[in-house]
Amino acid sequence: MADVTNREALIDPLFNNNPIALQVLGICSALAVTTKMSTALVMCAAVTAVTALSNVSISLLRNRIPNSIRIIVQLTIIASLVIVTDQVLKAFVYDIAKDLSVFVGLIITNCIVMGRAEAFAMQNRPGISFIDGLANGLGYSVVLMAVAFFRELIGSGSVFGVTILQTVNQGGWYVPNGLMLLAPAAFFLIGCFIWAVRTWKPEQIEEEFHIGALLKLSNEGHLR
Amino acid sequence: MQHSSGYIVGFAVAICLVCALVVAGSAVGLKDRQDANILLDRQKKVLTVAGLMKDGASLPREEIVETFESSILQKVIDLKTGTLNAEIDASGFDQQKAAKNPETSFVAPDNLSKVRRLPNNALVFDVIEDGKLKALILPIEGYGLWGTLYGYIALAPDARTIVGITFYSHKETPGLGGEVDNPRWKARWPGRLAFDDRGKPAIGVKKGLAGSIADDPYNVDGLSGATITSRGVTALVRFWLGENGFGPYLASYRAKAGV
Repeated sequence: MADVTNREALIDPLFNNNPIALQVLGICSALAVTTKMSTALVMCAAVTAVTALSNVSISLLRNRIPNSIRIIVQLTIIASLVIVTDQVLKAFVYDIAKDLSVFVGLIITNCIVMGRAEAFAMQNRPGISFIDGLANGLGYSVVLMAVAFFRELIGSGSVFGVTILQTVNQGGWYVPNGLMLLAPAAFFLIGCFIWAVRTWKPEQIEEEFHIGALLKLSNEGHLR
Repeated sequence: MQHSSGYIVGFAVAICLVCALVVAGSAVGLKDRQDANILLDRQKKVLTVAGLMKDGASLPREEIVETFESSILQKVIDLKTGTLNAEIDASGFDQQKAAKNPETSFVAPDNLSKVRRLPNNALVFDVIEDGKLKALILPIEGYGLWGTLYGYIALAPDARTIVGITFYSHKETPGLGGEVDNPRWKARWPGRLAFDDRGKPAIGVKKGLAGSIADDPYNVDGLSGATITSRGVTALVRFWLGENGFGPYLASYRAKAGV
């Protein structure tokens, strides 16, 4: 994992190694914030910012962080960044921050952030760690926005709050599918997304999921 | 690479200090802006229920503040006596916070809305247009199906006719109970009567369709597939308009206004 080019670090997590579709991380928030595209977009921006910044800070400190407390140090840095992000959202996009409620705070527990810090930023230089964090945030965003697009369109008949299909309640013809607004719908959509990506890139199927790769890396001594 | 215990402790302390500084800095630095947002949010809700602002419309901040200041009068009242409490600054008063603090609240009598504590003081609003009172706005809250609904109800100067209702925070099922914030449903409320001839709260959400305002003044159309939410709305509106809610305030208003 050491010698990746900037380009690979940026492109890979979007489809080849997507944190949600391939690694199946960060599902919790993907269910919760995707009923509307506007909230999903802000959530994506928040996660991307936190992942990128935490990767940079941890990468800068990677040679100084004592091994025995490295997880705690990573978590402290990530938690601080998340709180700052939450404060910024409350100050500048209050309405959307209200919709996101606790889920901004829960970015702390988003496996993608810590996964990238531990698996990438601890071994790589700050520049490429930043790109890696950014790209993983964007990979998360691709899935989130796709899920939110279908949930909002089918569930509420709109895209970014702009009515596309006039619903019956507003005097139109479209009977919205209420299931799309409930959490299970996000599972179905993510399932379909994973299916689509793996049909497009069949090489993702054989890999007995990413745990196997992680184990291999740790056996070879890349992960401590 | 092994580090000495001293290094580890020192490193941990340093990280904590830096992170604490960053977090505290952002919290303090952005506080004013956040408080302004919370206030603006409240003003928006009040303007919406007063009918001075369209539901979901996004107006510039200055316009909201200006409309609010020119046409809304905020008042803190004593909930039990219904009289004005001039000692508390209305613009900084948070009724929900006051209801949670044991020092500024009391245990509510048993009620269907699962309101556990009532604040000693409540925040109400007068809508004033051209120097004349146009509506009274009262905060309401109560349990629906999944959680507490928070909103406002507006009454005409006769303290009987409903001008509007809005719920700004709820956890009801989207598409079913969640329709409480559907503008088309909310439009069913204005013109209905909140109190019957004897002055008892009578307004309620009916199962099925309500009749015209003239034939069926105390009922509002039910929300299909949301019986429990509908019942909850009935219970909470009646509770807050009743003697344990704003009954005393409305009584003193009626006496003063002669209606």
